[in-house]
Amino acid sequence: MKAAAVIHRILRQFRRDKRALALMLLAPVLVITLLWLVLDTEEYEPEIALVNAPVEFTEAVEEEKAGVVSMNMTEAMAALDAGEIDAALSWRDAQLFLILEGSDSTASRAVTQLLQEMLYDMNPLQQEMTPEILYLHGSEELNLFDNTGPVLVGFFVFFFVFLVGGISFLRERIQGTLEKSLASPLKRWEIIAGYLGGFGIFAVLQSIIIISYSIYVLDMFMAGSFWNVLLITLLLALAALSLGTLLSTFAGNEFQMIQFIPLVIVPQVFFSGIFNLETMHPFLRGIGKIMPLTYGAEALRGVMIRGEGPPDYWLQLAVLAGFSVLFISLNIFALKKHRRL
Amino acid sequence: MNEAVQLTHISHTFGRLQVLNDVSITIAPGIIYGLLGPSGSGKTTLIKVLLGILKPTLGQSIVQGTPMPSLEKMKHIGFMAQADALYPELTAQENMEYFASISGLERPLIKTRIKVCLETVDLTSAAKKKVSSFSGGMKRRLSLAAALVHDPDILVLDEPTVGIDPVLREVIWKEFHRLTVEGRTIIVTTHVMDEAEKCDQLALLREGEVIVQGTVEDLKDAIKTDSLEEVFLHYGRAPS
Repeated sequence: MKAAAVIHRILRQFRRDKRALALMLLAPVLVITLLWLVLDTEEYEPEIALVNAPVEFTEAVEEEKAGVVSMNMTEAMAALDAGEIDAALSWRDAQLFLILEGSDSTASRAVTQLLQEMLYDMNPLQQEMTPEILYLHGSEELNLFDNTGPVLVGFFVFFFVFLVGGISFLRERIQGTLEKSLASPLKRWEIIAGYLGGFGIFAVLQSIIIISYSIYVLDMFMAGSFWNVLLITLLLALAALSLGTLLSTFAGNEFQMIQFIPLVIVPQVFFSGIFNLETMHPFLRGIGKIMPLTYGAEALRGVMIRGEGPPDYWLQLAVLAGFSVLFISLNIFALKKHRRL
Repeated sequence: MNEAVQLTHISHTFGRLQVLNDVSITIAPGIIYGLLGPSGSGKTTLIKVLLGILKPTLGQSIVQGTPMPSLEKMKHIGFMAQADALYPELTAQENMEYFASISGLERPLIKTRIKVCLETVDLTSAAKKKVSSFSGGMKRRLSLAAALVHDPDILVLDEPTVGIDPVLREVIWKEFHRLTVEGRTIIVTTHVMDEAEKCDQLALLREGEVIVQGTVEDLKDAIKTDSLEEVFLHYGRAPS
């Protein structure tokens, strides 16, 4: 099995080319951390005004990580309107009202979380004490990082495998080693299989790192199983690798490979669900249907946000696998240009 | 079936450009056959057709009686391209191991063959060094070693000694002669006269056509000179 020789050689190249290895394994971690910093500021300390609060509540809330001031209702509403405070808590007729400023989802979430924890602590008996939540602006929103997280995980796997895989295959073409390999008894499919195998190993590693880091370090919302996520990202990586190596046929140098990014990668991001497309014309929305990342992102959201299992997303998996088979076949066909066998 | 290589009426066009025009060459086994011609005369294209990695517009390449491309025959052909097809991140040894394992060489033989071939091109001491740190001549030698590694019957070498110093060039040509004594066939492109002189037979290519072919003596006698340079200039000047 000569494909094994190709795999072995690719592994060695990676070991020597530390920078490509770092790009594939660590760059996603860096970028996803930056996004987390921007989109998910967990340690936000909200400013809360208390109106007619019971004494024991005031004492308890001062223990928490929050700025607290006592005001009357008129002052509180004025402060909310001016954006000086994030929320006002008001007791009236034994009912608790929470009025959120609401324009900043991070602040709103911090307030509601804080309140829930406090109410739970003060009511060990789990008495009914649900606050009525009112919004001054906006409404309840899912945290942006939690919402887009699954898509980002899929995107990074896709992007970096596409880039590194495509460029290494391109280099084989440029430096003549592809021709040299084809002037040997190596079969065309063995070259492709070797590539998929060699890069597959790194794609697995990369996926494990990105997923574990996002979930366990950055605390990305995760309702489903780790292995489901890994399975999906692997199929995405396979599609990315086969697409990258295929497109490298049409690139004359590394820079031309980079030029594929705005054409092939960026549109996939737009249509993959990071942005809400519901107001878009159905015909335009259909564009997303021809993009591998759309299916990967759908499946990943299903697992990570809704806790779905394989029966719920087998269709997306099948489509992803179909993309890979298509790209691989086209690639084996494209190598015919070099040798008919 | 006696012939090592038969190229029959090969023509090839890239788009509108006619690169090869009705080239027919027959190469007997156990000789060094030189393809001589200025750059752009179609030598490299002809070699790719011979190897079966380029399908000519017309004509057929037959190696040891088998029409190319043939995966089986590839095992018996060693190819060294004009550009050094090497992985710069890997060491010389690792490059050799890769090319040896895809060439169909049996596993137990790989180690010894690599050793022998690296010795032939005087790279044993650099085996553990990365190719990216190699000089041009070292890369050339390593490419040659990679072409030799599976002990092929037919060696196809595109400008093999460019950038190699005269002493080592002498050694390499001696090795070529030793290989022909063992019955191997060597096909080499060159535009260096003193190398052409060392070939058993020559074909002169110009603008995709074979102008003249035969032994070095035949070529010299035909225009009554004792310098190959004269031959080259004589045919090179001829109006097309």
